[in-house]
Formats: sequence, C-alpha cells, structure tokens
Amino acid sequence: MGRKLLTEHINVEDIETLDVYRKHGGYRSVEKALKTMTPDEVVEEVKKSGLRGRGGAGFPTGLKWSFLAKPEGVPRYLVCNADESEPGTFKDRQLMSKLPHLLIEGMITGSYALGANTSYIYIRGELLYVLRILEKAIAEAYAAGFLGKNILGSGYDLDLYVHPGGGAYICGEETALLESLEGKRGNPRNKPPFPAVQGLYARPTVVNNVESIAAVPVIVNEGGDEYAKIGVGKSTGTKLFSACGHLNKPGIYEIELGLPVEEFIYSDEYCGGIWKGRDLKAVVAGGSSVPILPRELILKTAAGEDRLMTYESLSDGGFVTGTMLGSGGFIAMDETTNIVRNTWNFSRFYHHESCGQCSPCREGTGWLEKVLHRLVHGHGQMHDIDLLVSVAKQIEGNTICPLGEAAAWPVAAAVRHFRDEFEWHVTHPQDATKPGAVFPGKLVTA
Amino acid sequence: MESTAVKPQFSEAAQAEIERICKQYPEDRRKSAMLPVLHIAQAEFGGWVSPEVQDLVAEVLGVKPIEVYEVSSFYTMFNLKPVGKHVLEICRTGPCMLRGSDELTAHLERITGAKVGGPASEDGLFTLKEVECLAACGFAPIVQVREQYYEQLDTPEAVDAMLTELRNQVHRPALPWEENGLPNALSNN
Repeated sequence: MGRKLLTEHINVEDIETLDVYRKHGGYRSVEKALKTMTPDEVVEEVKKSGLRGRGGAGFPTGLKWSFLAKPEGVPRYLVCNADESEPGTFKDRQLMSKLPHLLIEGMITGSYALGANTSYIYIRGELLYVLRILEKAIAEAYAAGFLGKNILGSGYDLDLYVHPGGGAYICGEETALLESLEGKRGNPRNKPPFPAVQGLYARPTVVNNVESIAAVPVIVNEGGDEYAKIGVGKSTGTKLFSACGHLNKPGIYEIELGLPVEEFIYSDEYCGGIWKGRDLKAVVAGGSSVPILPRELILKTAAGEDRLMTYESLSDGGFVTGTMLGSGGFIAMDETTNIVRNTWNFSRFYHHESCGQCSPCREGTGWLEKVLHRLVHGHGQMHDIDLLVSVAKQIEGNTICPLGEAAAWPVAAAVRHFRDEFEWHVTHPQDATKPGAVFPGKLVTA
Repeated sequence: MESTAVKPQFSEAAQAEIERICKQYPEDRRKSAMLPVLHIAQAEFGGWVSPEVQDLVAEVLGVKPIEVYEVSSFYTMFNLKPVGKHVLEICRTGPCMLRGSDELTAHLERITGAKVGGPASEDGLFTLKEVECLAACGFAPIVQVREQYYEQLDTPEAVDAMLTELRNQVHRPALPWEENGLPNALSNN
C-alpha cells in the first residue's frame, strides 16, 4: 500500500469543513510558508520536489513558477485550472468536492510563492455544484484569517475567487482558459507571449492544474527533497489516476508513481481486474488524447519489461509501442470492445470541441469523424484507413494549441495497433455493424 | 435585437449576486463576469437564454450585445432555444459509451417521448441533450440535470428513480442567493 499524500483523509466525515480539515493537519503549509519562508524558498522547495504538472503535459511545476515575470508594480496571478474535461479524467472533481480546503490551502501557499494577491480557480461550468462547495470553504477560510488582508499577521494579502466555465473542453488549454476568464470565447492564444509574461489581463500569470496545486501543501510541509524520494526517477511523488471503462472497481486511486500497470489493473487494492470475468483488450492510459495500447503493450514494454505507472515508462517506445501518462485518465476496454467505434466516438468529441480557429483542426477533426463514421457503419473502403493516418498527420503540429495533436494521436494509434479490426469493417461490413458485434480476429496486432 | 417581447429583468436577489460576482474582477474588467452571469440568467429565465435575455446580460455587464451572443453560442451549456422543465444532459463520450450511454439514451427517448436534439417531450417535462464528457467517468453512465449529477444509470430502476425525482420537483432547487427555487420553466413548449 503506497503513501497517500493528497487523499489520506478524503473519507473522513466532514473533512470539507475547515475545523475538521485543520484537525487533520490542514493549513499548516500556510503557517509555515508565510511565517518562516520567503516566497523564493517556497518556489525552491517545489523545484526540488520534482513535481510535474498533473493536468496532462507533465511540465515541472517549480520550473513553470520560476519563469513568472515579476515587473515592479504590476499585479500577477495564479490561476487554477479546474476545467477538468479530458475524457476518462475525473480526479479533480473528486478532490475538490471532498477536499476543497486542500486546494484552497495550495492556492494560498502557491499564490504567496508567486507574489499574487488575487487568484482564481477556473472550474468547468458543469461543476457548478462543486463551485458552491469551494465558495463555502473559501468563506470559511476568510473567516479564519487564511484569506483576505494581512493573512496570519504576515502582511501578505490574498483574495481568492472561483469562476465557472460554460461547457467547452478547449478551455482546459491554458490560454483559452484565460480568454474565457476574461469573458470571451475560449480561443487559444498564439504563443509567445506565454502566460508567464502576458497572461490574465495581459499580466504575468501561472496556470496550474488542481492536483498540482493540491500537492504544494505536502511539499512545503515535508520539504521538496522528501517528496522527491517517492516515485521513480523523474516521476516523483504520488499521482491520482481516474480508473474507468470496463473495470471491476472504477474510481480514483492515488498511487506512488512506479506502480506496475498490471498490479493497478488486476490487484484488488486498485481496479480489481476486468469486469464480467472478461479479458483486457486495450487501455487508454492518460486521458482520451493519448495513444491507445493493446493489452500486451500496456502490461509490458516492447523490450518485455513491466510497464510502470511513471511518465517515462508509459512513454517508453515513443508512439510506436508506448503512450503517455497524460492526465491519468485510465480507460480500460474489455475483449468485446469495438475499437473502430470507440475511435469514432473520440473523434466526434474532438470535432465537437475544436474551437475552429485553425483550419487543420477545424476541418481535419471533421474529416476524421466522417471517415470513421462511415467505417463504423460499414460504408468504408480500404483506402479510408490510410486516409485517416494522412489526415491525422496533417493536423499534427499545424495548430495553435495541442487540441490538434489530441485529436490526431488516438486515431493514428488505433490504426497502428488495430489495423486488422479496421480492415474487418471494410471486408465484413455486415458482421462488423451488427449490434454487439465482436471482432473475431486475433485480439492484438502489436 | 428588435423584439416585441416584454423586456426581462433580473430579480433583486439575482441582481445582488451579479454585483457580488462582478467585484471579483478588476473594475475595468466587468466583462469577465460573462459566464457566471449567463449561468444566473439561464437559471433565472426558465433554463435558456433568449435574445432578449442575452441583451439584458449585455446591459448588465456594459458590453455590446454581440459580445454576449458570440460567447453564448460558443459554450455548450447555454440553451439558445426554449427547453422543457428538466434538461437531461446525457454524457455520450467514450468512457460512458463503454458503460452503456447509447442504451441509456435510447431508453430515455423511449420513456420520455422526447428525442435528443429535438423539442421537449409533449408534457413539457423533459428535453434530452447529448453532451460530451462530464468528468464523472468512473460512475458512468451519467446524466446531468442543472447542478445535479445522476450517476451509474445502468439499470431501468436507476433511471426511473431519477425521473420520478424530477417529476416531483415543482420548482428547481434554490440557488445559494435565493430563498426559494423558481418554477422550472417559464417558456411554453
């Protein structure tokens, strides 16, 4: 059983209240940071921790913080990205609704480190009920002197607000999020300038995922070096995985990075194996935008080593035989899953969610959806399969934001690993389009 | 936008909430309150935002109407046409599909009589809307109704329990700034 740094107390009764949260050690990092550390010392601890952005990109959080421009007399902002929308991912919703004060504590300590006096939590609009929970907790924090003027007599001031989105996956991209926070359509911005220089209201801004910010209190309390002792190599600390799909025990699991994927899927401590006594066919390990892997390649790397739940191990083999840790949205598919249909579903998602600014994405996602639709419905032709790969290639790298890649990668990977199932849809359309049809070929073409 | 409809007005409670929200942003950045105010407008005016309601939002925020239209048409949560008393937002994305969202949608169409993307059911109770991932994949399949998530709707019993609860809701649940919830729909369907 690994250590739980974020979720140890998640099932404690009334942990969403300030009193109970404090009884379990809550807000210690605020006292420690504001009373005994300079802002730069806090940044230094986060750097030492090796914490990598938990939203999906995996960029070192401390490094991101150190890039923040600090011109004299100009306000700067910390914005929490709580626009959790990557299919397969539901960790932040759980964390915020059960442990609102953990995020608030991280926001206070983080804002102090960055010298921000106003900070925002941008939460997806569908989670308005979580916004209410956070606002209630924030009111408690103000009343207890953890927010507002002269926090704990330190001379440091901070106002913290929660801002709802309106239903748009693209707002999880940090510059689209900032546009949205300014009351506009969520169109990602051209970079540079990066948010660290010109972010919210053209002021220096850091945008961090909920889980990244929630890790700050434990890093400050225990020290960055201690945090870095957990995990493997450059994958330090713990990570929340959202397990879903055809698993016996879907849910949120906080694991020490380095756990073997096989143990995560089959151990009763975690997902408890595949439902209905079936076999595993494929996994999307890090949210819908990362490459899908067949059973063999998610359990073992191409070199035959155990695949571990770390940034490095999951991406071992590049996109030929590997994938990415991404957001930790872990989607398992059993042997009856129709991979072509599933790929079409994700393509429809990306087409629907493309903001429409860049033509390769706006048009390309539409092409992917349409071509996959005809394959799923038995109207596809053999050259459609290569057409998918060709369109995916033309989107990739040609867009302002990574939604293009997010749309292209899953399609390219599905064709790479399951080409015979795509071909089956062309050669046996009547079989393939029957309700509940299961591809009869061998399960895996690694 | 020219209209003969009676000009809508926010209730005093909603007005006060809007002013509270606007203070969260710098004084010259009132437009930042666009999305929260659109949410309040949708809750206040029967679950959708008519052109007149959007004009009201523009007025309250001190922006041009087009600045509201371009936002309301971009974000999927805002209904631009009249809806039934309850809008059932059914998640259709991969993880929900793996756990039966297609069957759930078909089941809901059968028992409510409404069609996804179509008008409300004949009794005016239910509008069906398919949406993308609601970030509750471990509890799939899911339906969202206003601020409520209904999870693990993989049995007819679970679906029935949800529909019964909604049928018995005369008013939508009160929001934090309200004493009582409002009637669920102001529009005629």
